[in-house]
Amino acid sequence: MNILATAATEHRGLTITLFGIFVLATLGITIWAGSQTKDAADFYAGGRGFTGFQNGLAISGDYMSAASFLGIAGAIALFGYDGFLYSIGFLVAWLVALLLVAEPLRNSGRYTMADVLAFRMRQRPVRTAAGISTIVVSIFYLLAQMVGAGSLVALLLGVSGEGAKRWTIVAVGALMVIYVAIGGMKGTTWVQIVKAVLLIAGTALMTVLVLAKYNFNVSALLGAAADASGKGTAFLEPGLKYGATETSKLDFLSLGLALVLGTAGLPHILVRFYTVPTAKAARKSVLWAIGIIGGFYLMTLALGFGAAALVGPKTIKASNPAGNTAAPLLAEYLGGGAGTTGGAILLAVISAVAFATILAVVAGLTLASSASFAHDLYANVIRRGKASEKEEVRSAKLAAIGIGAVAIVLSLFAEKLNTAALVALAFAVAASANLPTLLYSLFWKRFNTAGAVSSVYAGLISSVTLVFFSTVVSGTEKSLFPHADFHWFPLENPGLVSIPIGFLAGWLGTLLAKDKADPAKAAELEVRSLTGLGAH
Amino acid sequence: MDSPPTADSTPTEVQLIEESAEFAALRKTFRGFVFPVTAGFLLWYLLYVLLSSYAPAFMGIKLFGHINMALLLGLLQFASTFAIAAWYARFADRRLDPPATAIRERAIVINPRGAGE
Repeated sequence: MNILATAATEHRGLTITLFGIFVLATLGITIWAGSQTKDAADFYAGGRGFTGFQNGLAISGDYMSAASFLGIAGAIALFGYDGFLYSIGFLVAWLVALLLVAEPLRNSGRYTMADVLAFRMRQRPVRTAAGISTIVVSIFYLLAQMVGAGSLVALLLGVSGEGAKRWTIVAVGALMVIYVAIGGMKGTTWVQIVKAVLLIAGTALMTVLVLAKYNFNVSALLGAAADASGKGTAFLEPGLKYGATETSKLDFLSLGLALVLGTAGLPHILVRFYTVPTAKAARKSVLWAIGIIGGFYLMTLALGFGAAALVGPKTIKASNPAGNTAAPLLAEYLGGGAGTTGGAILLAVISAVAFATILAVVAGLTLASSASFAHDLYANVIRRGKASEKEEVRSAKLAAIGIGAVAIVLSLFAEKLNTAALVALAFAVAASANLPTLLYSLFWKRFNTAGAVSSVYAGLISSVTLVFFSTVVSGTEKSLFPHADFHWFPLENPGLVSIPIGFLAGWLGTLLAKDKADPAKAAELEVRSLTGLGAH
Repeated sequence: MDSPPTADSTPTEVQLIEESAEFAALRKTFRGFVFPVTAGFLLWYLLYVLLSSYAPAFMGIKLFGHINMALLLGLLQFASTFAIAAWYARFADRRLDPPATAIRERAIVINPRGAGE
């Protein structure tokens, strides 16, 4: 048994109690929100009644997943500077959302991303494509979170064995379905807000404690981290993780592109812009989100280097080879060390925050995908726009249960998959399939149905296919199928190839199509997206 | 969402707005800001990614204490993101919101049905 697991048995009761309080409080909020949810706009968009600041917190809650809290802190603790590279892409990406997407989307759409893509196109083909890509992106992201949740619980609670992991995945899945089916967007948004506040408070507390150890001298902290890493100044320079070969350098470029262009195409982020009353409030929510997320990533820098300096890479690796427990281990150290009451309390608090993080993010993903299923695929494609509002919301709730079930089953099979690769894949699909279509729809008048359909499918199929034939799936010991080798694509992240394919296919599809864009609808979208005239 | 089908010959009211000089000016102001700024920050980010991969010696230059070029450029990415966000917020408040509101409100006075469904 490693150190953390031994400590875990001591603080387990406390962690479970704290987490239980979070679950009870959020269930209370969910039931209250459910009683306030009367129509489709309440269920899908929280009644559009949130303020820019509230939504900014909720966006941050949706975005700061366990992968960024535990994963980035761990990557910095083990790989030093290269771990930091992730957070820069994740943050800069928000400028794409702020400048090009948030306000036009808020003005033009109603409940889903497909509302904007299908605005001036033939509804059924475009909504089918956009609905499928929404669900695919959300499921990849959902898998990453749930698989992560399974192994995390085992680590943090000190329970080993496959049974505990599986029950965790099932329990997380059941809770997220309850949040979404009962609380809708209103309940889910409040869960995100509570979680964001907890996560920021926890991270800020640890950051202050780390910096206090070095008299708030950042350079001294970096020096101590470099010394403790055993790699010297190389620890503070790029290259430890991505600099090995020409291929890994290209892979890093590909990852960087997917990160910076993916955020503005993530459906669970896009639907957040519908929860505020106006485009100006959507802008304000992104501004708050940039401030909160940026501050959070700066703090993970202190946590990562702090963990390297104070806990040391040997202890971190012994607990979890990927470094995912660096932040909890650091919490224990800062509280007074293993075996102390302070250490146990801080470890329990940070573990409970990590669980809350996972739970909130999966709820957001389930909501976005079930909303798209009900509003795009069921109401507009299957029922051809003839479903009543009540039927539509009921189908969304049923879809939440269905997607929850699918996610649970897939997560049980995908336990071995690398969660970071799954998240990066979700970003790559979003950047290849969703972003090109969204930008063309908003900014290119000639863009038409054929262009929209080809850009979604080309981006979606190329990114998923390239990953299937990469080392993520086969060819190395870390692959999904370690004993088979049918890989020919050298990179782990498909973005470098599939994002240009998505843009190119949208352009070619538009030029080659016989049906022209509808000029009246194009004018309507343009005026509405810029002025909010006729916005919901 | 569902607007009545329009005849080909007569432009719709929204099309008239779209063709107005006022709207053309708003679109020009908006695109004149967001397109070049987007190109700028994407290139700046790409430069940073490429330097991280292909110029390790440059990134390893020590500036003061243990702060090196890589860390400084990384923190500058944060700083530029915050600065661009604040810059856009000011710009939108002053140059985009007033004309957008004016166009919207005039359209609603002429045609109250345009006020949203």
